[in-house]
Amino acid sequence: MTIDTIPKTDAKKAPAAFDVERIRKDFPALSLSVYGKPLAYLDNAATSQKPESVIEAEANWYRESCANVHRGVHALSVRATAAYEGARRKLQGFVNAADAREIVFVKGTTDAVNLVASTFAKSRLDPGDEVLITGLEHHSNIVPWQLVCEERGAKLRVARLNDDGEVDMEEFERLLSSRTKMVAVSHISNSLGTINPVERMIELAHARDVPVMIDGAQAAPHKRIDVQALGCEFYAISSHKMFGPTGVGALYGRLDLLASMRPYQGGGEMIRTVSFESTEYAEPPARFEAGTPNIAGAVGFGAAVDYLLAIGLDKIEAYEEGLLAYATEKLSAVPGVRLIGTARHKAAVLSFVIDDVHAHDVGTILDQEGVAIRTGHHCAQPVMDRYGVPATSRASLAFYNTREEVDRLIAGLAKIREVFGV
Amino acid sequence: MSDLTDLYQEVILDHNRQPRNFGELVGADHKARGHNPLCGDQLNVYVTLAGGGVIEDVRFDGSGCAISKASASLMTEAVKGKTLADAETLFKSFHELLTGDPSVHAAASTELGKLAVFEGVREFPVRVKCATLAWHTLHAALSGDTERVSTES
Ligand SMILES: Cc1ncc(COP(=O)(O)O)c(C=O)c1O
Repeated sequence: MTIDTIPKTDAKKAPAAFDVERIRKDFPALSLSVYGKPLAYLDNAATSQKPESVIEAEANWYRESCANVHRGVHALSVRATAAYEGARRKLQGFVNAADAREIVFVKGTTDAVNLVASTFAKSRLDPGDEVLITGLEHHSNIVPWQLVCEERGAKLRVARLNDDGEVDMEEFERLLSSRTKMVAVSHISNSLGTINPVERMIELAHARDVPVMIDGAQAAPHKRIDVQALGCEFYAISSHKMFGPTGVGALYGRLDLLASMRPYQGGGEMIRTVSFESTEYAEPPARFEAGTPNIAGAVGFGAAVDYLLAIGLDKIEAYEEGLLAYATEKLSAVPGVRLIGTARHKAAVLSFVIDDVHAHDVGTILDQEGVAIRTGHHCAQPVMDRYGVPATSRASLAFYNTREEVDRLIAGLAKIREVFGV
Repeated sequence: MSDLTDLYQEVILDHNRQPRNFGELVGADHKARGHNPLCGDQLNVYVTLAGGGVIEDVRFDGSGCAISKASASLMTEAVKGKTLADAETLFKSFHELLTGDPSVHAAASTELGKLAVFEGVREFPVRVKCATLAWHTLHAALSGDTERVSTES
């Protein structure tokens, strides 16, 4: 198998400096109005808006290349297959995998975690074994492990968080034992913004020969990912959080492990030969892609990766750091506001509570001001319990957000105080 | 355009700040726990019935947004002293006010009394569940269905 090398950035398209106003023009949704006010979209951890290039790539695939993949001899099928496999190579480049066969297209991060839990982990867990996660995980990195633990008589262990929302690394290390058969941790927390020290976690796990899966759903839109440098066994991402289409994601898995794993689902595409007596499975990644995949989604996902790389993840990270510092300062200065999640290493997620005002009311009032945030438990109920709050309000920023939008969030909070008289 | 002051009427803000009949009802003979997983609202409704199926006392506790707390508070005031059948009818009218055809519910609002302050909620469809959580929970308590009530079922 030959591996195409992909340019890391497209020099022609990359803007010289970080020109946020120009970037915003790439996203049709960012010029929408709601209730007669310009939309300030600060809910990027839930899902991100899409640039024109992604929308066009998906639409064009339907216009010009729509056929099933890996099946036909006709021209369109060949074109569709090339586009789909091309997207796989783009994802390979994005996470810096050594081989394109290490990229499995899935529905999203949730699907990827379920895949690894129900194939790889299930075959390795015996009664009494343990899976180690952390206190900041999204439900999608908790429940699949609970299910497989329950099925195998294994135990889920959880490394606690400190008051700032950082994983207690001493406890993490202590919980790693000869019984630990799997570690699964988020790279970045969606509810607290904490950036986990995944390099260290992988190092500690590997010292005990424990394989590691990283939930990268919140990291991929903000950071450069290098699975070879990390050395993790699995890494999962969702296209829709990375300015790509919904319904598609990628699982990186080390090739030798994927090759040793049983299929996730049975069907077409994932077999080599089938008879009623037995079936020989296809090699990865096809083994894990039963049925007709989300071809248009994968193509759009590839376009999103092109877009991110053209801007440059290092530039994105630097810009967002500035925006986070600005927003943190402004928000902390609002009377009655308490930030939940104050880790030293943080991504641009601001979860907060306001004295005497429930998050749901905060969300409704901000919405009327054109400011879109998320309220609730953010699919991380254990995190809410840890900080003794039923829900938080969460503003999550992307590289297309501006200081003016942060100012509108702050102005919206003043409006809340006005309505509630607090 | 819907206006925030239609939603957050003074009466609602007042009941949010100072909920009436708030706190556990010791010795309640009916109770249920309601949960709205969308916003994490949780509340308990406690009832004691007198002879003839009259609601003698009703209280609630728990945590929630302004709409759900005020709705629970106003509900306890509205149903205290009423028969079970009347409470059910009131719930139906209330539901109609929030979700039904506006030309039909105009007539119902007289019988709703103070509860009519929730009319503004109909302009905020995602908040209807907040306003009805207490009622669903009361209904569950009275029908002896003491399992957890969820707005998502
Ligand atoms: C940290 C984290 N993990 C996993 C997921 C699940 O991703 P998806 O819904 O795309 O499967 C999310 C999305 O909310 C997330 O934030």
